[in-house]
Amino acid sequence: MGHKRTNAAIWTWTLFVLVAIYLPIVCGALASFNKSRYFGFPIKTYSTEWWQKTLDSIEIGMIVKTSISIALLVTVFSVVIATFGALAFARYEWKGRKLYQKLILLPIFFPQPVLGLAMLLGFNAVGIQTSWMTAVFAHMIWIVPVVTLVIAIQVYGFDPSLEEAAYDLGCSRTQVFREVTLPLLWPGIWSGMLFAFLLSWSNFPLSLYTTGADSTIPEWLYAKMVAGYTPMVPALGTMATLGAACLLLAGGLIGLLLRRRAAA
Amino acid sequence: MADLAIAPPRQEAAPEGAAQLRHARMLSVGARCALPVALLLGIGFLAPLVAIFGYAFATPRSFDVFTSFTLANFATLFDTTNTVWLSFFWSCGLALLTVAILAVVAYPIAYGLNLVFGRWSALISVFFVFPLFVSENVRLYGWVLFFIKNGVLDGTLKWLGLAGGPEVLYSPGITLFGMVYTYLPFMLFPMTLGLALVPRDLVDAARDLGAGRLFIWREIELPLAMPGILIGMLLTFVLAIGATAEAKILGGQSIIVISHDIEIAFTYSQNWPLGSALAVLVTFFIGALTLFALSKLDLDRMLGRR
Repeated sequence: MGHKRTNAAIWTWTLFVLVAIYLPIVCGALASFNKSRYFGFPIKTYSTEWWQKTLDSIEIGMIVKTSISIALLVTVFSVVIATFGALAFARYEWKGRKLYQKLILLPIFFPQPVLGLAMLLGFNAVGIQTSWMTAVFAHMIWIVPVVTLVIAIQVYGFDPSLEEAAYDLGCSRTQVFREVTLPLLWPGIWSGMLFAFLLSWSNFPLSLYTTGADSTIPEWLYAKMVAGYTPMVPALGTMATLGAACLLLAGGLIGLLLRRRAAA
Repeated sequence: MADLAIAPPRQEAAPEGAAQLRHARMLSVGARCALPVALLLGIGFLAPLVAIFGYAFATPRSFDVFTSFTLANFATLFDTTNTVWLSFFWSCGLALLTVAILAVVAYPIAYGLNLVFGRWSALISVFFVFPLFVSENVRLYGWVLFFIKNGVLDGTLKWLGLAGGPEVLYSPGITLFGMVYTYLPFMLFPMTLGLALVPRDLVDAARDLGAGRLFIWREIELPLAMPGILIGMLLTFVLAIGATAEAKILGGQSIIVISHDIEIAFTYSQNWPLGSALAVLVTFFIGALTLFALSKLDLDRMLGRR
């Protein structure tokens, strides 16, 4: 049978695609260690000069701080809203549920550059000055639906009779939520938090129109790609990627522990 | 234990009444849980769309939203000499090609994630998710560094004593490549969910009855996995219609896509009403497509595997 051969072909194809996916990220990392200002391959002299310059730059420091502030606030607000949103999505039977499940997807199925512009218009129409704080709100419009889906998958997997048992034992609704629902949903909420932070961290199209005079890392990188390339561009890009990777790794390990504890 | 002793009598008094009460309470609890999300999206998603709609009917090159009413912006767009139609066809064409290519690229991987990779599945999924957390600018610029003259590809080939790499940058083809690259996860994950819906015993039964592999794929696997595949296709199509970064960074503006036209109207030509009118058209196109496709899907079954 050709079963083995098919499986080998699938493995090969998947690994090939994965290599292609990470190739540009590796190219960026290479370019950031190039000593001369303009990129040429093979690299003649390697240096960490541009990494040092990036780390020393006060301007970049501020931009990183803006990016982190936005991502943190987005994470906190999104997860709270999305946890309830996910319960409405997957746990409770209620009249408008089917419609709600579909409407909540619309922002995901909407081109982000157009959404960003629409929000700029909206802020403008009601006279709100755009800054990094308006970007928090803009990110949430896209991230809350994503996080709701992520948490909803966990909600589907949980057994409602546990909650009912707690009610039967005379628990109040807040007690049930705090002692039963929340602990069972923790792994999903944790994944949702990681998604929220990292998606906000890497977002470009929404930030572009809604940060006003402030700037995030992806925005700064884009501005420099268009005009004024230095190896600081790939250096900061690589740093942002490494930051995301470390967070995902640490978060993934904690998530694994949470899941193990939830299963026990 | 004291709690246990006190609680039951209350329930025993009217077991059916309590169940009904709980059911009624669940109805309202569900709606109440949905409230924060509904409020957020009402203010943050619906209201801006209303604003765009208002601007679309405002006097061209003005900021008189909701105070003037004219169809001049739409008249400008529907003028056949307007280049937005060319942009629209580029966007649609590229989006369709992206969907077609991605369906072929992602299918074997989605199949593998479900049936071949076994315990490696989770790790491989993470590797496919991670690029979403790297700004698309960074990833696309990496491809520029790869394909550019004296870049990684060209430099390596020359170093090997060959003629050097082909000049592919700043063309429609590389724009398409960039889109396929960026939107792979959006095709892959819904497709994986879709393939997970196919009951394996059904496939086994068909095989036992002597069905060929092609027959099984066409008659069982594909139709049953269709909801997921359709969501993936819809998602990639819609995102690709709105894509600008690929055409700007890799395509070097060799073609102008529709969202880029909208951006130009808003920024460079400072004609918000015209940009809004165009955005309204794109929104209607995408909205109609999305709502039509979503109305055909059962999300509980897809996500909850019930």
